[in-house]
Formats: sequence, structure tokens, C-alpha cells
Amino acid sequence: MTRQMTGAKMIVEALKEQGVDTVFGYPGGAVLPIYDEIFQQNDIRHYLVRHEQAAVHAAEGYARSTGKPGVVLVTSGPGATNAVTGLTDALMDSIPIVVLTGQVPTFMIGNDAFQEADTVGITRPCTKHNWLVRDTKDLSGVIHQAFHVATTGRPGPVLVDIPKDVQFAKSTYQPKESTKISHYAPRTKGDADRIAELVELIENAEKPILYTGGGVINAGPAASAKLRELVAETDFPITSTLMGLGAYPASGKNWLGMLGMHGLYEANLAMHDCDVMINIGARFDDRITGRVEAFSPGSKKAHIDIDPSSINKVIRADVPIIGDVDSVLEDVLALWRERGSKTKSTAVQTWWTQINAWRKINCLAFTESPKTIKPQYALTRLEELTKGHDRYITTEVGQHQMWAAQYLGFEDPNRWMTSGGLGTMGYGFPASIGVQVAHPGALVINVAGEASWLMNMQEMGTAIQYRLPVKQFILNNERLGMVRQWQELLHGERYSESWSEALPDFVKLAEAFGAKGILCKDPADLDDAIMEMINHDGPVIFDCLVEKHENCFPMIPSGEPHNKMLLGENASTKDAIGSSGAVMV
Amino acid sequence: MSPLKIKKGTSKHSAYDLRDPHSEVVERHTLAVVVANEAGVLARVIGLFSGRGYNIESLTVAETDHAGHLSRITVVTIGTPSVIEQIKAQLGRIVPVHEVHDLTVEGASVERELALFKVAGTGNDRIEALRLAEIFRANVVDSTLESFVFEMTGTSEKIDAFAELMRPLGLVEVARTGVAALARGAL
Repeated sequence: MTRQMTGAKMIVEALKEQGVDTVFGYPGGAVLPIYDEIFQQNDIRHYLVRHEQAAVHAAEGYARSTGKPGVVLVTSGPGATNAVTGLTDALMDSIPIVVLTGQVPTFMIGNDAFQEADTVGITRPCTKHNWLVRDTKDLSGVIHQAFHVATTGRPGPVLVDIPKDVQFAKSTYQPKESTKISHYAPRTKGDADRIAELVELIENAEKPILYTGGGVINAGPAASAKLRELVAETDFPITSTLMGLGAYPASGKNWLGMLGMHGLYEANLAMHDCDVMINIGARFDDRITGRVEAFSPGSKKAHIDIDPSSINKVIRADVPIIGDVDSVLEDVLALWRERGSKTKSTAVQTWWTQINAWRKINCLAFTESPKTIKPQYALTRLEELTKGHDRYITTEVGQHQMWAAQYLGFEDPNRWMTSGGLGTMGYGFPASIGVQVAHPGALVINVAGEASWLMNMQEMGTAIQYRLPVKQFILNNERLGMVRQWQELLHGERYSESWSEALPDFVKLAEAFGAKGILCKDPADLDDAIMEMINHDGPVIFDCLVEKHENCFPMIPSGEPHNKMLLGENASTKDAIGSSGAVMV
Repeated sequence: MSPLKIKKGTSKHSAYDLRDPHSEVVERHTLAVVVANEAGVLARVIGLFSGRGYNIESLTVAETDHAGHLSRITVVTIGTPSVIEQIKAQLGRIVPVHEVHDLTVEGASVERELALFKVAGTGNDRIEALRLAEIFRANVVDSTLESFVFEMTGTSEKIDAFAELMRPLGLVEVARTGVAALARGAL
């Protein structure tokens, strides 16, 4: 049975068929017909954000906490250009997002019409793929394809640009099952020979390490479960990138903590000294590798990634495996069991002895202060008081983000949402909104710095309107802390423009929106204040005044290898960064 | 424990292992990229090269299969082996890209380019230009009393060589199509 309908109706139908029940968006002239259709139905709930960038970040938070694609609807011109940061963020972090943009009518395209922008041109480099739909008959098919592309292979953002006349015109709706999905079908199953090589590598490893990333999270909870099985089978130490936290539980005995520039001492030294490195769904990002030539010089490296372009891009893999992490780990475990494989357990035990010695350095130790709240202390208390809850954490970008990654523990995947690749200040607040929409009863906390948080503070309106009890835990040091830290290390302590001047009174700001504000500046009051935040049934802005000049350690200065780290109190931060490293940040 | 049935150093995906990717030797490769013939696909390919800092020495594109909506983009690029591998992998993940062939490593191939040369002159220069055109098997496709337009098909090197010879003889303008290339043999 064929169904005739307008393009606008078709969009809503296609979204429903894709199982979409939540859309984040902002109306405007070029999407009015779609909003009219949204008004006339109840299956899809639309969340009105206060800025289109926030719509995309909210959709990212939704996607990352559920594993489902996030959907965004914005208008042409400025609506689309405001979405660009979010699209780039989602591309860098491989988050499945479908963005629908309105466009001026087809006959006006190219005429510099009101609110016209070359949306597909602008977003071509920041989407996995995009489409301009010029004919209503293609519209529903393109939307089905868009979902297919966003969610298969390495996930990512896609955009469908829909001119207003295409929304008004009528055509036949094409259901999902009769849509010819393009040839796009990325390889998911790893090569059997390579998997056998990996199993042999695991059998012979004496100083192994598992280095996992966001690919494990993207491969779904089943992949995390298999990763945990692999760790249990092998007793290998495991570390993770910022993106992969939660795939292996922080309470697990093999957990070394996060690696990388602000990663843990034991994780980075194990990466440097290992003889077998098994990269599972990570991409050898420059925040991980430091100086590439000095990166883990003595190890054989296996690399599992669904994106062939990730392999050998930065670090040459001895055993490259192209495939979905879940599928590859399944094959690895199956072969491991079939062969009755065993590790070199004596050697691995010796390796653990070494690692445990590194652990004793206690690299996250910090000096507590009776007078001022240390940011590390604030996060330690936040962890202690919230870890029993059904908790989701988002962050902004900067020192607080690194501290959150260091001091908060994640037991499960999809519980940690942070802007890793692009490092987008302003990500965390709207992302927390998206997470809360997906998990209404959960405790959703955005760990923020005051400067990042101000970048999307308009979303207080959204939180209030939809009664989303998101907790904004702002570590307020009245500084752009990470910028300040680099200026201290690299630019002769000339703190150029890294103050947060003219800050608002966050408590009054919360009250102005109708939310609760909490100010805390005394360590003695912190626990009670955090409990007050948790127990308040509504959005909270928590203004936590912290030590202003705290630096984030451990730290691998840019251009240095993993075994040259700066540690907190014990290390001098003066002249830490050589000139060759100065270009990396 | 059952024995492993693998041969070390061999794999169907041996494209990664053929050469040392850390070699700093810059190589010239001709890539044939089969793409869906849809709006914006050329911009995607070119945008990839400019966005990631790769080189384009030559680029030709035209529809080659009308019924299948396929176009063929022939790109000549230069880079170190690891950069060439990246270019191929990056091209491969563009959604409308169907196939990426590296004609430089996938066996013998033929490469041809077509060029038009406008040469203006009189007297001996004009006669010399015509004589050289015959040697190079260039065709005269337009002539006036003061000028010729020569058409020539050949490798890029041959076209470069002819252009150099024509320069002192009154070369006014050159139009080149860029390289088209196919693998030799039946498949």
C-alpha cells in the first residue's frame, strides 16, 4: 500500500519508523512545516533548546548514554551554522547523530535568500555524510539511509538538508524495509588469520597491556562484557582513553586508570614498558601517544578498529584487525578457549609486581587544605557521595574534565559523556540535558568549570521548562584553569586573558531561572552541600569555589614520552616543556 | 592446544605490509576512485585532500557508467608510503566511494593524458613547430595563417616534453585533461 503525504509528514513518519521518540531542536522559517507536523502528533517529543549548538550536544548526550542515535531538528542558515560545532564534536568522538536542517526553497538556492547558507557545503567536512534532498519522492528514503550511515561502521553525525518546498510537496512514503540502503556496508568481522596472530601474541606476552577506547563503548554493552571476560581470562592490566572509561569497571582489580597526557603514572609507565600492547577501539590520539617516535618503543602492537583509516595512521600496528570490537573480541575469546590457551602467567605476575610498585607512587595524591576546597577533594567527595546512585556524568572541557576522569570511577559503559576529540567547552551542560531526557530518574551531574559552563548557560531555560533535574557541579576557580596551567608552564607565567572576570553570582543566576543555587567555599561544608544538591528534586547550579591555582597532575608535557611525567607536589613545573613540545598544544 | 594455521607475514590485507610506512621516500601514485555519481561527491574527494593536507598532482572525473550512476575519479598524488596508505583508507570511508584502486601498486597500468597546445608564429618557427608535432604524433586540430592548435595524447612526461619544445616556438596556451588510467590485462 502506497501512502501519499507531504514531505513534512514524511519526515515525522520516517523518524517514527526509525524508533525515534525524542528530538532536540529549535524552530525557524525553513522548518515550519515540520514543526506543524510535530505539533499534530504525540509519538515524538520535541525538546526546545535555547541554542542550536546545545541541541546537538544534547543529542550527543542522549546518544552516548543510550546507544541510540540522537536526533536534531534546526532551521536553515544560522540554525545550521550553529549546529556545526556539535557536528564536529560528534564526528571526532564517533557519536551517531542525525541532524535535519531546513533549507530555503529549491528555486531560491544560490540566490543568497534570507537565512540561506550552503549547509551541505559547510557541513561536508564535519559530518560522516550529508544529503540535500531536492525532491520529496527521495525524502523518506534519504532519512532511512541517514540513520543507516550514522549508526553502522564507525558511528558519526549525518545531516539531511531539506528545502521548504520539498517539505510542502506531496509524494509517496517509502518505508524503511523497501528503502534501498546504499552500498555502504563496513566490514565488522575481523580477519581470522589476524585474530589467530593476536591470540598467539596474548599467549606469549610477558609484559602485556590492554589499551581500550571509545570503540568499545560504541560497540555496545556486549563488547564491554566481552572485554571484561578477556581481562578475567588473561589477568592482563587494562587502561583506557578518556573516551573508553566504564568499559572496564574502575573497581576491577586489573584497572590501571586512564592513560595519556593527564593519565595515571602506572598506566603510562605500563604503556611505555610493555612488550605487547593490545589497542581495542582507540586511535592513538596525540593526547595518548605523546612523542610518537618514543611511544612504547619495545612493544608489539595489535590494533582493533572498525575504521581502516585509524590503523597505521599514527602508530604502526604489527597485528592490525579491522572489525567491530564486539565481533572481534567474540572471535578472540572463542579461539582462546578452543585452543585452551594460557598466558605466561609467571612473567605476567612479575609484570604485575612492577606495576604495583608504580601504583605505590600514588600519583593522584594531593595536599588537602583546611581552608580552601581543592578541586580534587571536591571530586573525591562527589564520587564518595554519589557512586551508589544511578549516576551519569558529563563534563565540560579543561582541568575539571581531567580531574573528573581521574577521581570519579565508572563501573559501566555509557555513564560518562565528555568531549574528547574536539575538546568543546560548553558541551557538558547541554549533554547533561540530553542524558537526563533519556534517563529521567537518574542522577545526572555535569562536572564543569565556570568558564566552560557559561558558554551554554542559556540551557538553564531548557532544564527548567522540561523539569530536568540536572546538577551543574561547577568547580569555580575564576580562571580558565587549563589555559592558565599551560601559561604557567610554557609562557613564563604571563596569564594572558585567562581570568574569568565579571562572573555572575551563580546562586542568583539559578534563582533567576527558577532553579536552586548552592554556594560552597568551605571544605567543612562540602559534604552537606553535595547532599543538598543530590536531594533537591530539580536543576541545581552548584558553585563550588575551589583553589584558584591548582595544576592538573600527573602530566606528560607535550613532546615527551610516557616515562617522563610530571607528578604533583614532587615535581617542579618550571621549564618542564621543551621547545619541541611547544607546538603540540 | 591445536596448532595455528597462519603463515607469518602473509595476509589478504597485505596492503598494509608491502612497504615500510615510515619510509620518508615520496612516491607518486595513481588512484582510481569509483564513486556514486551524486551531487557533491567530487567536493568530498577534493575536500579530503585539502582538509588533510594531501597533494593532488592531477585529477580527472567523468561519469563512466550511466546506468549504474557511477563516475570514475583518477587522482595522481604524491606522498610517503604511510601518507598514500592514509589517503586510500580515507577515500575508502567516504560514503559514496565504491572502490579505491592504487594502480601504481596493483600491477601494470596505462596512463594517458590529452592536451591541446596553441602555438602562434610565422616563418621557420611555424615550420619547426609542425615538424616537431609530426615527430610527437600530435594532430593539428585548428590552423590559421599565424597559429596552430595541436592535439596530443600521451603520458604526462611526453606532454611536458612537447610543451617545453613548443615554448620557444610561440606556445601561447596549453589545456590538459589530467591523467586517465586503467590497469593492463583482461580484468
